[in-house]
Amino acid sequence: MNHARGGWALLGLTPFAVYVILFLLIPTVLAAGSGFFTDDGAFTWNNMSGLFEPAILQTFVSSAWVAGFTAVVGAVVGALVCYALLGSRPDGMLRTVVDSASGVLAQFGGVMLAFAFIATIGIQGLITQWLLTSFGINIFEGGVWLYQVPGLLVVYLYFQIPLMVITFMPALEGLKPQWAEAVATLGGSRRVFWTRVAIPVLLPSFLGSTLLLFANGFSAFATAAALISQGAQIVPLQIRAALVSETVLGRQNMAGALALGMIVVMVVVMAGYSVLQRRTQRWQR
Amino acid sequence: MRTQIAPSRTTRLVVLTVVGVIFLIPIVAMLEFSLRAGLDGGYNLGHWTAIFDPENERTYRNLFRGVTNSLILAVVTVVLMLILLVPTMVLVKLRLPRLERPLELICLLPITIPAIVLVVGLAPVYSVVARFFGANAWTLSFAYVILVLPYAYRAIQANLISVDVVTLAEAARTLGAGWGTVIARVIVPNLRRGMLAAAVISVAVVLGEYTIASLLNRINLQTAVVQVSRSDPYAAVIFALLALAFGFLLLFILGRSSRPSRRPS
Repeated sequence: MNHARGGWALLGLTPFAVYVILFLLIPTVLAAGSGFFTDDGAFTWNNMSGLFEPAILQTFVSSAWVAGFTAVVGAVVGALVCYALLGSRPDGMLRTVVDSASGVLAQFGGVMLAFAFIATIGIQGLITQWLLTSFGINIFEGGVWLYQVPGLLVVYLYFQIPLMVITFMPALEGLKPQWAEAVATLGGSRRVFWTRVAIPVLLPSFLGSTLLLFANGFSAFATAAALISQGAQIVPLQIRAALVSETVLGRQNMAGALALGMIVVMVVVMAGYSVLQRRTQRWQR
Repeated sequence: MRTQIAPSRTTRLVVLTVVGVIFLIPIVAMLEFSLRAGLDGGYNLGHWTAIFDPENERTYRNLFRGVTNSLILAVVTVVLMLILLVPTMVLVKLRLPRLERPLELICLLPITIPAIVLVVGLAPVYSVVARFFGANAWTLSFAYVILVLPYAYRAIQANLISVDVVTLAEAARTLGAGWGTVIARVIVPNLRRGMLAAAVISVAVVLGEYTIASLLNRINLQTAVVQVSRSDPYAAVIFALLALAFGFLLLFILGRSSRPSRRPS
């Protein structure tokens, strides 16, 4: 009886299961697998070996550099903002404003941020023109770097820092005031509390959030696509080039190989994230 | 006692002011940019009024189509997401608790498989979808439900663990309610807050989506803004500013409205 009911309950999962298979599993398998086949459906290692050509390797290095740099800077600045917000009322106006602004920029910014920066430090941008007319400083003396990898470093920070605020804040709020009291009772200073208690407790969460930021920066496409129309300096743009022209390195289905390469990096990073996440939760009960 | 951990007033003020100003600069720059009158300086509302000038209807037609498409996509995605996710999560919670971890894993998977990867495999899937539903704009929602899954799951899950649905369901069953009544009249009303949060975040994600729409050659708000930027950067900046403001307002209202109840820690 009970067993039969369990069967009915399982049946209730069918719509969700079918949906996920159709629109998540199949696309992922197709994306990861298509790199192993030619257009005619014959098996090939050709695209995989293409991943190790210097030109493609270079884009993976650039992507890792952009993701790594913005993750580390984003994590440090974001954590600093979280620290500054500590002690403000969680349901107060300040927190609501910071949370909503962070949410918008982290999850929705993409293309919008590209245009924000074209208006700010584009050739006709507010800051560019102000520096030029007031101080005679030309920020683009060595070339217009906004539409290159250095530009991505600046713009990505505007969604990485907010993402850090969203993901790291709960951990910081998990610091129990009793721990500080305990340290004080035992004669420890504020400094001892931070170096011996708070930072060791927060470290897994901080590193985990940094990894999440890395994954986020590594996979971001919209901002780069809106800023960079020429060339393909990072992996997502390389995938765009492969999808649009289908002739990256003169190979068919190169997009599939690039997608697989990205999945491998993402799985490694996210596995590290979930390990650190589990360590974090130990202190949040 | 919180003061022992919290930073001093000065530290807080300095950090928040510096970071706040840095984040405000691009927003102010967008506003300034959109108000520029011409190449020789001065400011007016010309670029703003031009968007709604009937004379320019042809120029901005795509932009308004993009806005309309994105709004339709947002509605379809939210409805699909709620229909798929809420009954599944409730069912797993009530009857199949052993599947809770696997369900969480599946729902969070789209974070690991970014849109730019998904779109490579979505192209063939969509050639099949087009055979059944045509190439209508709303069909993109099928992919968007996957994109919003992690956010929606987290929002609903946060609500689900704060309500004792198992006891509620048992109580209702004992009083003679059928399963349909239990879900529709007992559980869903208790999950309203989580569902609202899931819906709002989904709307924000859908309105900001560019990757899949652009690589499947669809018109939505974002792809239309990028397209118009090539001929009229002012219009692109104005729409970017409006979209950011709209998204902020959406999340802000959600944050204020969910205030009285304390989040479970």
